[in-house]
Amino acid sequence: MELRSPLGRVRGLGAAKEGGTAQWWAQRMTAIALVPLTVWFVISAISMVGADYAQFRAWAGAHGNPVLLIMLTVAVYHHGHLGMQVIIEDYIHHEAARFTALILVKLAAVFLAIYTIFSVAKLTFGG
Amino acid sequence: MASGDRPLSPHLQVYRPQITSILSILHRMTGVGLWAGALLMTYWIASATYGPEAFAQAQSILGSWFGRLVLLGLTVAMFYHLGNGIRHMAWDIGWGYEMKTLTLTGWALLVFTLVMTLLTFLAGYWVAGAF
Repeated sequence: MELRSPLGRVRGLGAAKEGGTAQWWAQRMTAIALVPLTVWFVISAISMVGADYAQFRAWAGAHGNPVLLIMLTVAVYHHGHLGMQVIIEDYIHHEAARFTALILVKLAAVFLAIYTIFSVAKLTFGG
Repeated sequence: MASGDRPLSPHLQVYRPQITSILSILHRMTGVGLWAGALLMTYWIASATYGPEAFAQAQSILGSWFGRLVLLGLTVAMFYHLGNGIRHMAWDIGWGYEMKTLTLTGWALLVFTLVMTLLTFLAGYWVAGAF
């Protein structure tokens, strides 16, 4: 007879062992952050239709815009990575292909995020 | 029984398409598509770090008919994914699982996507001085 409760038996196994809830939570946290950030970015992008270099530099370096751009960048690539990871794990059953895809997506997300943050910093401080 | 021989569920090929299932797979498809949006955002911002000519080129590529077509698709995908993301948040707190509510919020999502995309492009053309 099994005396342990069903909860006790699954604790520390499966998703809970692999930190699955942390990823689930991070996907929701970045989603919540992305709601106002993407709305702000769309409005900003509309205001930059037809803008020249000087107008873009003035916008990109103004007030809180660099901070919001960096927050958007982090949230976009973190959320995008978590989403792609779930899709890859669901649909790519060949083990080597799955691991290759997971590694490539993670490296791409990290590289693109750092490159974008560096670009925002350069536009802000680069004169 | 070898697990590899088991039929996979759900049997998509015998399922009648429903608004719930169509909208669900569209959430993933728009999510993947929005990676192109992220890449374009990075390209747009990074281009300015290479000087006025590079930024002007980025602006003209994004403003070309093909650029605008891509941005239209990305705008649809973005508002769809945003709206459906809010539906997902409602489900996460346990709201909206009744069939009637699911269908209603599903159609509301499609209307929201269409209206927000139209408003965004009208605003864009207005800034461009089209009217």
